[in-house]
Amino acid sequence: MEFKTVLFYIFSAVTVVAALRVITARNPVHAALFLVLAFFNVAALWMLLQAEFLALALIMVYVGAVMVLFLFVVMMLDINIERIRQGFWNNLPLGGLVGLLMVGEMAVVLSGRYFGLANLPPQNMPANYSNTKELARLLYTDYAYPFEIASVILLVAIIAAVMLTLRRRKDNKAMHSSDQIAVKAKDRMRLVKMAPEVELPVAATKEGDQA
Amino acid sequence: MEATVLPFVEGLLGPLWPTIKPVWPLIWTLLRIVLILVPLLLSVAYLTFWERKVIGWMQVRIGPNRVGPWGLLQPIADGLKLFLKEIIFPTAADKKLFVLGPIMAIAPALAAWAVVPFAPGWVLANVDAGVLYLLAISSVGVYGIIIAGWASNSKYPFFGAMRASAQMISYEVSMGLGLITVLMVSNSLNLSEIVNAQSKGLFAGYGLGLFSWNWLPLLPMFAVYLISGVAETNRAPFDVVEGESEIVAGHMVEYSGMSFAMFFLAEYANMILISAMVSVFFLGGWLSPIGALPDGFHWMAAKMAAILFFFLWIRATFPRYRYDQIMRLGWKVFVPLTLVWILVVGVWMMSPLTIWK
Repeated sequence: MEFKTVLFYIFSAVTVVAALRVITARNPVHAALFLVLAFFNVAALWMLLQAEFLALALIMVYVGAVMVLFLFVVMMLDINIERIRQGFWNNLPLGGLVGLLMVGEMAVVLSGRYFGLANLPPQNMPANYSNTKELARLLYTDYAYPFEIASVILLVAIIAAVMLTLRRRKDNKAMHSSDQIAVKAKDRMRLVKMAPEVELPVAATKEGDQA
Repeated sequence: MEATVLPFVEGLLGPLWPTIKPVWPLIWTLLRIVLILVPLLLSVAYLTFWERKVIGWMQVRIGPNRVGPWGLLQPIADGLKLFLKEIIFPTAADKKLFVLGPIMAIAPALAAWAVVPFAPGWVLANVDAGVLYLLAISSVGVYGIIIAGWASNSKYPFFGAMRASAQMISYEVSMGLGLITVLMVSNSLNLSEIVNAQSKGLFAGYGLGLFSWNWLPLLPMFAVYLISGVAETNRAPFDVVEGESEIVAGHMVEYSGMSFAMFFLAEYANMILISAMVSVFFLGGWLSPIGALPDGFHWMAAKMAAILFFFLWIRATFPRYRYDQIMRLGWKVFVPLTLVWILVVGVWMMSPLTIWK
């Protein structure tokens, strides 16, 4: 058995176990951390397929950003596990249907050759082949418009999410750093000219008064 | 390097060589990992010493001077003390994650060194996607803090974790965007090639390589990357994650002994990593500033030392940022600045005035 095959089985075994623990772990924080582990191992599997850009982008985007924010939210929520589990049997048929659909789609993709869908690309690339460059070339030439449309949709989604949750309070007090920096001395301090006060002469005290 | 070592090892082992040969690549890789990690950990130890000395001098104090000559054994004594201390588990802590926290902090800080080139050919893995690997691995470092903060099951660590996750994600964005300009002008994701790309240019032709490095044409990005690097490692003036005055020590409150030391190791290893990154991306790595002098590892080391000194210097100089101002700096200043500069560099590269060919 080739060493790569051994690695494949190790990574896939950990992925499957981690994915199972995501849905069986009782603590939502543990579940989220198992999801991180699953992402890591999937990235390793992609690395074995020589898709280094996708693998590293998966870690960078999902592990490094999405899951951190996810954990951020999950840690702050007080989640009642019992209440979440209540709807399990009601939702099972729908969930099962979605699962079956995904299995079917994966089967079509994985056995593409059998269904005559596509000619799979040759597996052995030259050593200096960079799939980052290849992906970029495709995205910014042949698929430039779809790519731009996708990014505009994402931008709209970001702005929409911000606007939906933005709440302006009347009594909100905020500091504006730029105003604070731009402030001049004369805005803060006023010099007033006034006549000097003249002290009245004090009568000299006699010795021995204090005693 | 392997070509020079191999005959020597063959001669040394003699008849044993055929049995060793199949596992030789593994042994060789492990040897190189040790060659990187041992000096790194020693640098971490002496960086703490140097920091205390430098800040001492800046504050007109003497700094550690009791253990060994000139206090040179101080970091060893500190390490030994931390090593012998008991690791205390809080009763309400999540035990497994409490142990995982420090490990997740230090593992990415060490793993990132795999792709860092120290001199021509002195690199553990000369991979094409080196920059991507670095970005991916350094984005994992935040988990150590989040897990530690949550698993401690205590208020202050939790605040520290919350602050860390928001801050590190924000500054990763500006760091990543700042790097894009470097990638554009170097036309590569390989760190060694990024360094080599800086050896060409108008000034390099005159023998002043110093002005052909990326820091000059990408000056705003150099500043953004350096400052984001300080924020990314949670160092002063961006150290609200452990802000002693309000949340004691952030995620490290409940840790003791070696588990505490691991967070410390990770922080200093990350500082050294950021200094190596700045040297490679903006300061020409191992290239010499003046054409007449030979290139080599000593230049890389000198540049890293200078940037590390900068880290210590600003720690002694600036007061701590307020948290909302940190967020403002990251999102409202650095991100727009990097986005505009990417556009500027793109137009510059396409125009006849381009200096990158």
